[in-house]
Amino acid sequence: MADSNVKVLGTWASPFVMRVRIALHLKSVGYEYVEENLLEAKSELLLKSNPVHKKVPVLIHGDKPVCESLIIVQYIDEVWTSAPSILPSDPYDRAESRFWAAYVNDKFFPALRRVLISTEEARKVAMAEILEGVVLLEEAFKKLSKGKAFFGGDNLGYVDLAVGSLLAWIKVIEKFTETEALSEAKTPSLAAWADCFSSHAAVKDVFPDVDKLVDFGMKLRAKFSKAATAAAATTTN
Amino acid sequence: MASSDGEVKVLGTWSSPFVMRARIALNLKSVHHEFLQERLWEGKSQLLLQSNPVHKKVPVLIHGHHTISESLIIVQYIDEVWSSAPSILPSQPLERATARFWAAYLDDKWFPSMRGIGMAEGEDARRAAIGQVEEGLVLLEEAFGECSKGRPFFGGDRIGYLDIAFGCFLGWLRVTEKMTGVMLLNETNTPRLLKWAHRFCSDDAVKDVMPETEKLAEFAKMIMGRVKGAAPGTGKS
Repeated sequence: MADSNVKVLGTWASPFVMRVRIALHLKSVGYEYVEENLLEAKSELLLKSNPVHKKVPVLIHGDKPVCESLIIVQYIDEVWTSAPSILPSDPYDRAESRFWAAYVNDKFFPALRRVLISTEEARKVAMAEILEGVVLLEEAFKKLSKGKAFFGGDNLGYVDLAVGSLLAWIKVIEKFTETEALSEAKTPSLAAWADCFSSHAAVKDVFPDVDKLVDFGMKLRAKFSKAATAAAATTTN
Repeated sequence: MASSDGEVKVLGTWSSPFVMRARIALNLKSVHHEFLQERLWEGKSQLLLQSNPVHKKVPVLIHGHHTISESLIIVQYIDEVWSSAPSILPSQPLERATARFWAAYLDDKWFPSMRGIGMAEGEDARRAAIGQVEEGLVLLEEAFGECSKGRPFFGGDRIGYLDIAFGCFLGWLRVTEKMTGVMLLNETNTPRLLKWAHRFCSDDAVKDVMPETEKLAEFAKMIMGRVKGAAPGTGKS
């Protein structure tokens, strides 16, 4: 059911963009996907649709832009109300789902990013935070899934999208640091869930190729190192 | 089905804008609750550490045997549990997304930029920090125009989600104006926000929980003294 009324501005490597696309797939909403090339200049459409942050993802529904991945996912859930629901129905369950999604955005993802772009000392600290974080997420999974396959229960839900969209990047930093973050030994529930998530029909076509992502990650790392060195050079005398 | 039964408590401090959000929301819904003041300078209470083990921060809402953390998540929980009027979030998905967008902007960008004024070292850095805050306020002035559609609040005729998200910062904004001598909200750049601020602070749901500017200013001086005193060698190198 292609809906020419819905556009997603994104990039293949962005976990935030992935969340939006998975949500649309879950709701069987057709959309036009526009790949931004963020290593080059940002498109006119992106700058016009998200003037405040100038970032992807942006959902354009009709002519109205919606920005910020978790806000977009909630919007999708509220507009296309047929099953499956992405957020749970009970207010406390909803609050818990929002809590863990916010944790991923505010704490877990920034630590992931720091592992990728920092120098050795800071990277070690960030990796330690990631290892603590996956233990928390393992506990959260057991609580929220109530014995089922996903954080959302039988179906993918809000927290599945929030965490699952980072799985490929977690693999990238595992390779980079030669450390396992998710494993059957330490995080058995998450390890099993990760396989279910990445092979889910709504996910597999937008799950990035990890080798390609490693290459891209190294490019990002080089870009940030250069910028950091340049900045340091201008502040020392 | 969530019940609105059960004792309601808010763990917080009188000076925290985030705590204020929870209390305003409960007041709007006429929900009787107990306010448990944390004395954070004496160390965090057992109750706080147990109720919010992940972040160990206020506010925490305790409702019966549930604990909910993160101020905006708490506000949405309150709106969904005590679902009779007045509604805190708008009813239309696009308006909800817009309210959430600006609330996230306030937390992720605007309030940190305001805190940045206090931490700026040197006149140039201070002026730059003030400039950032002022730019943000111009964006929020425009957002007010779009959201209020000529009515008194972001939420329309009554205080809503974005009013709460933004209005909680007015005490600290006034302290910043006092300390810098710069009227951040003014007739020239933010005439509508200037009037809105008065309306917000005089609302029945707000006036008893909005701290007095004088008291907050003294508190700010005390913290700054502690922060600067406790960190030797953070002056210019």
